[in-house]
Amino acid sequence: MGSLTIKQAIHQMRKGLLSVEELCKKCQDILKKTRVLNMYVNETDPEQLSKNLQASSQAYAQEAAKCLEGIPVSFKDAFCTSDMPTTCGSKMLLNYTPPYDATMVTRTQENGAIVIGKTNMDEFAMGSGSLDGCHGPVMNPWNFAVLPAADRHVQGANNVSEDTLSVEPGDWFISGGSSGGSAAAVASGSCLASFGSDTGGSTRLPASFCGVVGLKPTYGLLSRHGLIPLVNSMDAPGIITKTVEDCSIVLNAVAGHDVMDSTTVVESYKPFEIQEDIDLSKLHIGIPKEYHGPGLSGEVLRLWQDTADNLEKAGARVTQVSMPHTQLCITCYHVLCCCEVASNMARYDGIEFGLREGSEESTEELYAASRHQGFNDVVRSRILAGNFFLLKRNYEKFFLKAQRVRRLISNDFKNVFRSGVDVLLTPISLTDAPRYRWFANQDNHTRCEEQDVLSTPANMAGVPAISIPLSLSSQGLPLSLQLIGPHFSESSLLTVAGWLEREAQFPYLNLDALGLNEEALRR
Amino acid sequence: MRAVVLLSLFIHARSEWQSVIGLEIHAQIQSRSKLFSRAGTSYGASTNSQVSHFDAALPGTLPVLNRRCVEAGVLTALALGCDINMVSKFDRKHYFYADLPAGYQITQQRQPLAVNGQVTYVYQCSRTSRVERRSARLIQLQLEQDSGKSLHDSEQRLSLIDLNRAGVGLMEIVTAPDFCGGDDAASFVRDLRDVLVSIGTCDGKMAEGSLRVDANISVNRPGEEFGVRTEVKNLNSVKSMRAAINYEIERQIQILDTGGTVVNETRSFDLDTGETVAMRDKEKVLDYRFMPEPNLPPLVLYSQRESVPLSLPSSQRPNVVVLEEVQGQMKELPEDRRKRLETRYGVSLINSVILVRAELDELFETLVTSHGCDPGSASHVVRNNYNAFLDERKLTWRDSPIETSVLAEIVRLYHEGKVSGSAVSVLLSEKTLDGQLSVSEVIERHNLWMLRDTSVIEAAVTDVFSRNPKMIKAYKKGKVNQLDVLAAKVMKKLEGKADSRLVLTMVSERLKD
Repeated sequence: MGSLTIKQAIHQMRKGLLSVEELCKKCQDILKKTRVLNMYVNETDPEQLSKNLQASSQAYAQEAAKCLEGIPVSFKDAFCTSDMPTTCGSKMLLNYTPPYDATMVTRTQENGAIVIGKTNMDEFAMGSGSLDGCHGPVMNPWNFAVLPAADRHVQGANNVSEDTLSVEPGDWFISGGSSGGSAAAVASGSCLASFGSDTGGSTRLPASFCGVVGLKPTYGLLSRHGLIPLVNSMDAPGIITKTVEDCSIVLNAVAGHDVMDSTTVVESYKPFEIQEDIDLSKLHIGIPKEYHGPGLSGEVLRLWQDTADNLEKAGARVTQVSMPHTQLCITCYHVLCCCEVASNMARYDGIEFGLREGSEESTEELYAASRHQGFNDVVRSRILAGNFFLLKRNYEKFFLKAQRVRRLISNDFKNVFRSGVDVLLTPISLTDAPRYRWFANQDNHTRCEEQDVLSTPANMAGVPAISIPLSLSSQGLPLSLQLIGPHFSESSLLTVAGWLEREAQFPYLNLDALGLNEEALRR
Repeated sequence: MRAVVLLSLFIHARSEWQSVIGLEIHAQIQSRSKLFSRAGTSYGASTNSQVSHFDAALPGTLPVLNRRCVEAGVLTALALGCDINMVSKFDRKHYFYADLPAGYQITQQRQPLAVNGQVTYVYQCSRTSRVERRSARLIQLQLEQDSGKSLHDSEQRLSLIDLNRAGVGLMEIVTAPDFCGGDDAASFVRDLRDVLVSIGTCDGKMAEGSLRVDANISVNRPGEEFGVRTEVKNLNSVKSMRAAINYEIERQIQILDTGGTVVNETRSFDLDTGETVAMRDKEKVLDYRFMPEPNLPPLVLYSQRESVPLSLPSSQRPNVVVLEEVQGQMKELPEDRRKRLETRYGVSLINSVILVRAELDELFETLVTSHGCDPGSASHVVRNNYNAFLDERKLTWRDSPIETSVLAEIVRLYHEGKVSGSAVSVLLSEKTLDGQLSVSEVIERHNLWMLRDTSVIEAAVTDVFSRNPKMIKAYKKGKVNQLDVLAAKVMKKLEGKADSRLVLTMVSERLKD
């Protein structure tokens, strides 16, 4: 059952073949057996959960089920929830429970979804490994699939630890970040959909490492109200699901204008369904040559080439295109990100909410102590850099220049789409999921610059991009590619993604059998 | 002797300096909810009861621009003769302060709502009767958030924060350095306040903090560049503004005259001592690290309804601000009203200032046009008697117990010399008490008719002269102002019921004897 998609689950529950409670129980079982992965930082109170389940059951009984009725979902801990703490992976907010729900939370719940918990992340979404949060690192669920088989079967899943995964300490594979908890949660089957956030690739990168679908929608299509910001001008709530079709179901449920977010589109959103029989001959796929950069693994390159070939064979027009400003993206992103971080983090002063440390005799000392102890090194260094860039004497040299470069990057997309390209096909990660030991031997900043190279351009331009798992690497880990389309082209983007998905027949992770005893297996 | 020398030196030195003042006026926008949130804005609500999640800067909250505040800003900008920017933008201005929850204020630094205004105001000297029209330039008008309030309890060593004011919409109006002294700046602010109140964009209650002024002050020698300026913050009455500016000018001149240098700093004004003092915390030069506000799209205005693009969905069309429609809400401005009183009815500038400020110009016009009153007498009665009558009772003329037709009758009687100016005041009060009686019945009952019998006046003059021989001697020695004093004494003896001009003539005749 853990391998169910939203589409299948809804179908079975409508037909009465599966109950809301059974589905949730199944997810919860996996959640409990995979605690070692450190995917969740908070879980919905059992009483509240059973109330919600009851309501969904009733909806099915009364044939009033909505589009996500009874579907277990999770939220990255950057989305505000009024019934659970929202820590954003930071000591600063460890005991903070917001008095309101993010619009994404409200809309999924209005559509019947069951929120089961909040997922782990890098502190304030700053990172690409999900290693730099106050709740500790997230492990990739594929560790279960690629580690020596003998060990997996003999261990009781309830006390799985790094040791019982039979690896040397630090030899496990990371989930990627910053929405690593969300990607791992969906990949493991502990929920059927999860909301991450994507500022520079934070949804797509972990989705690619964990072998699930990760969508960064067009900027402004999904409300950011209640999403604790990293970079307001690039942040987008990200949707993580097992399949492309599931992604469209969730997107349809939550997209559109929100009065609480002035940057959301005012045009009314038109829900769409993924078309299966598409005429590829009308499709023009662009292969941006600048995405073939240093560090791209042979396996990813081969997958990229093979996929392009397949599309061409199926009738699509595939051409190489140039997006000359791609290489400037990372530096530009760094400046803009730090500036907005410096600004956005100014509110964490220990006065109205969050951690308060230090002497109450002096306001300045209180600020300094609270902020020093509440933020990790990564956050503090970005604040420092951002404040430097924003100084009057530096503003023109750094911030304004970065904004101009951002415009150039954005124009690259405009030009390539204006030239007739419908969709761009690119890699999303340089390799399959790296091992912790390797990843952690460089600092956060170095890893972000290296890992975000392929994902940040879409955030700069605000265009939609989706990461789809297509094959396994020689290590048996997922390999994914990225499709990028023009603004508000989600419908066609997901249609092409769906075609690739059907062609690839990706072997999704199935942890149903993980550490189950015989009795449970028979059921 | 020494004091006299010092004084003359001082006067001599003072004349070599000229002072330059520019103002930043923060006017709270009169609106039910805040600039970017739905929280209320009533003054005096209980502590922290008007605070939305956004106002407390809770993580994940976003600003949503209040259309009413934009309209108020546009209306004000139009009233002040500004050029409206059809696209304006919001910026973040960063500084750490306990009553600024987000750590930044959302303002309009780079592309404000409006620029280049021009305001005509009436300068009134507080020491002489000098009154004249002047003009000041405005640099810009921007929308921004107000901050919260910090209250310091020094006994318990606590700082308390009230966020009710945090996020209330402000219009910051920045003037060019066009003022030369306390009276000049104060006259401007009073007139500006009248404009805002009359178009309903700010309630103008300075005591409640609805209108606050920061003054930038410097002195220089004529022909030289402007001197180093100081900024006096948070002046919240016209009186303290005038006093603070005058004090600061004198302080700077004294520093420069004794060879010192003026420090560029922020100062506050202490009304009790009448002095400005340097503010402790804000001495450091702050770098506000301005940055565009990423959560608000540019504010786009449209000149006409037809210019709103068709691509905008119909659900959003009512939310846009259209200049033509805002212009339609414009009231006649105080300066236009003053001008009309002067040109159409020959009212003096000072009288038109007073009538318009007291909102009595419409009444005046009704008296003249509908009731046929003489403009001179009507302006005299309304300005001197009726204004005080309403003020004492905290009434407007619309809810006054004196009907306009009754007032017109009184003006006519005054004009015809049948009642004196001071009798009019008594008449207004007594008429209010005896509502059923006609005006002439009230006059009869209280014996308020103008004295026609010159022998009675003669007798009063004789009486006053016999009681004040010293004053008469003084007059004859050249103290001519004794004439007015004696005339006033005669008027008082006659209970104000005589024609003051007649009394003056009779006293001066008698003094020739």
